[in-house]
Amino acid sequence: MLEIKELHKSYPIGDSSLHVLKGINLSVKEGEMVAIMGSSGSGKSTLLNIIGMLDEADSGSYVLDGIPIKNLTEKKAALYRNRFLGFIFQSFNLINYKNALENVALPLYYQGVKRKERQEQAMFYLEKVGLADWAHHLPKELSGGQNQRVAIARALAANPKLLLADEPTGALDTHTSYDLMAFIQELNDEGKTILMVTHEEDIANMCKRIVKLRDGIIMEDKLVELDSRITCLI
Amino acid sequence: MFDLDLWREIFQSINKNRTRSILSGFTVTFAILLFTILFGIANGLKNTFKEAFADDAANAIFVRSGRTTKAHKGLQAGRRIQFKNEDFDYMIDEFDEKIEFITARIYKNVSAIYRNEHNTYNLRAVHPDHQYLERTIMKEGRYINQNDLNNKTKVVVIGRLVAKDLFIKEDPIGKYLNLNGIQYKVVGVFKDEGNDNEERLIYMPVTTAQQIYGNNDYIDQINLTYQPEMNFDQAIRFGNDITRKLKNRFSVANSDQRAIRVFNMASQTQGVSKMNAVLGIIILIIGLGTLIAGIVGISNIMIFIVKERTKEIGIRKSLGATPGSIVSIILIESIIITTVAGYLGLLIGVGVLEWIGPSLKDYFITDPAVKPSIIITATLTLIGAGALAGYLPAKKASNIKPIVALRND
Repeated sequence: MLEIKELHKSYPIGDSSLHVLKGINLSVKEGEMVAIMGSSGSGKSTLLNIIGMLDEADSGSYVLDGIPIKNLTEKKAALYRNRFLGFIFQSFNLINYKNALENVALPLYYQGVKRKERQEQAMFYLEKVGLADWAHHLPKELSGGQNQRVAIARALAANPKLLLADEPTGALDTHTSYDLMAFIQELNDEGKTILMVTHEEDIANMCKRIVKLRDGIIMEDKLVELDSRITCLI
Repeated sequence: MFDLDLWREIFQSINKNRTRSILSGFTVTFAILLFTILFGIANGLKNTFKEAFADDAANAIFVRSGRTTKAHKGLQAGRRIQFKNEDFDYMIDEFDEKIEFITARIYKNVSAIYRNEHNTYNLRAVHPDHQYLERTIMKEGRYINQNDLNNKTKVVVIGRLVAKDLFIKEDPIGKYLNLNGIQYKVVGVFKDEGNDNEERLIYMPVTTAQQIYGNNDYIDQINLTYQPEMNFDQAIRFGNDITRKLKNRFSVANSDQRAIRVFNMASQTQGVSKMNAVLGIIILIIGLGTLIAGIVGISNIMIFIVKERTKEIGIRKSLGATPGSIVSIILIESIIITTVAGYLGLLIGVGVLEWIGPSLKDYFITDPAVKPSIIITATLTLIGAGALAGYLPAKKASNIKPIVALRND
């Protein structure tokens, strides 16, 4: 599904440069649920951004579903993002003047899906996240947890191969966080490949595999044992 | 291709961000409104100016004669110079290609009687060209023509107020008017945009007057207009030419200022055209000034809008929007807003001018108006400026990495 080899990335800071990723090797198979952990500055967000084609690596190779991701034009990157990836952000990143349904339908708009079909599909995913009754509400009329569900529905709408989540529970309280993670686990159980960045131990333990980053290299890459995996059955 | 979805997106964005839309629209509306009103008022000033000098042709030259004041070529001072038909013909022969219209004038004072009404009027005996020289507008009937000259017919053309004085409510055309005891047929009634005196005149063929009043071929004055293509210098030179040649013809000393008097409108209108040029420059500055203010305003707002939408751009990009689609959505939105707002400013501006225009006549402003083509050009300029001012930051925003745009809170 995802093959990363010898990935390097540095950012220029004034005259010198900051070496953020120092040779990352990572392979994720279909159906996995991976947590990328690390303290701030460890390079975990940079890695996620490169995987999400929001940023480009300096060297190394990155192959997504058999397609090498390298030297993409903006247009091509937009197309791949639209077809392969679904994003879930810490701050939801919903468009504030669009209601839940319209937000969920937006990736389909960029896929060129017809309006009527767009709305049907968006409604389907809103039902899936349990917010069908809230379809016509604006983000400001929804709670944080609800907003994040809308964001998940939006990420799912384009039926991506890979879900990328950047601190998805960062803005939520514990109870809501667990709720949300249970839902993400469900998605994973249905077969979605999920990659998330978090610094919360308990959230990471709800995934199937934890990759720990420190100073730009992978320190630890372990599977979460089934008995220690926290499953939220609420 | 008409993309309904794109337009739906744009109209939703305009509609849902009403403050932003109204704010940017207001700038354009206000700029066009100011532009229209200031430009219109400046034009009104210009119109007043034009009107004040529009009665007589601006390219006219009047030639009169008097008594000599200096002895010259053995002739005594105090000799009276009298123009005759041959002098009129001489002018035509000598200056034919430079003359647009030419007429002789004979002045008489007549008492006119029609039935029970009578009054005294100034009479001018003229050539047909006089109509164009004086910008006489025919209200009814016809002016003096060549046929009248050839046959010395006893016809007159009377001013609107003469007709009103004497004929009251009757139609004067075809009626006979008694001037100093002789009956003349009225063939036309004219009006004139000058003052009332200009409409209390009676015209008759120059040949008729010469036969009836003294049976001679005397002329009191010669009026002509030169070709309008001639510039100021050429016109002045032409006037001097006439003076010189006529002085020579009548053996008048060059320094004699009274025997031959040539009055050239060109030297008069020079001041007027200078004033007009200054007004033109003021109008231009006003127009450009308001336009530049408008351009700066809309540019600022566009830059601000793109800044405000950076996060939205990031979201859209992360969902698969191409840079091109981002730029077009922002540009089309701004173009729609500026077009509608500009049109609104145009309507209000023209409306205000129509409304207050008539009451401004006392302040030397006549018919304040702006050509629609100028306002439309101004609006298009603003739309273009808004589009350009929006394009650069939009292009920049569409190219920043979505992750950077998303971090922008």
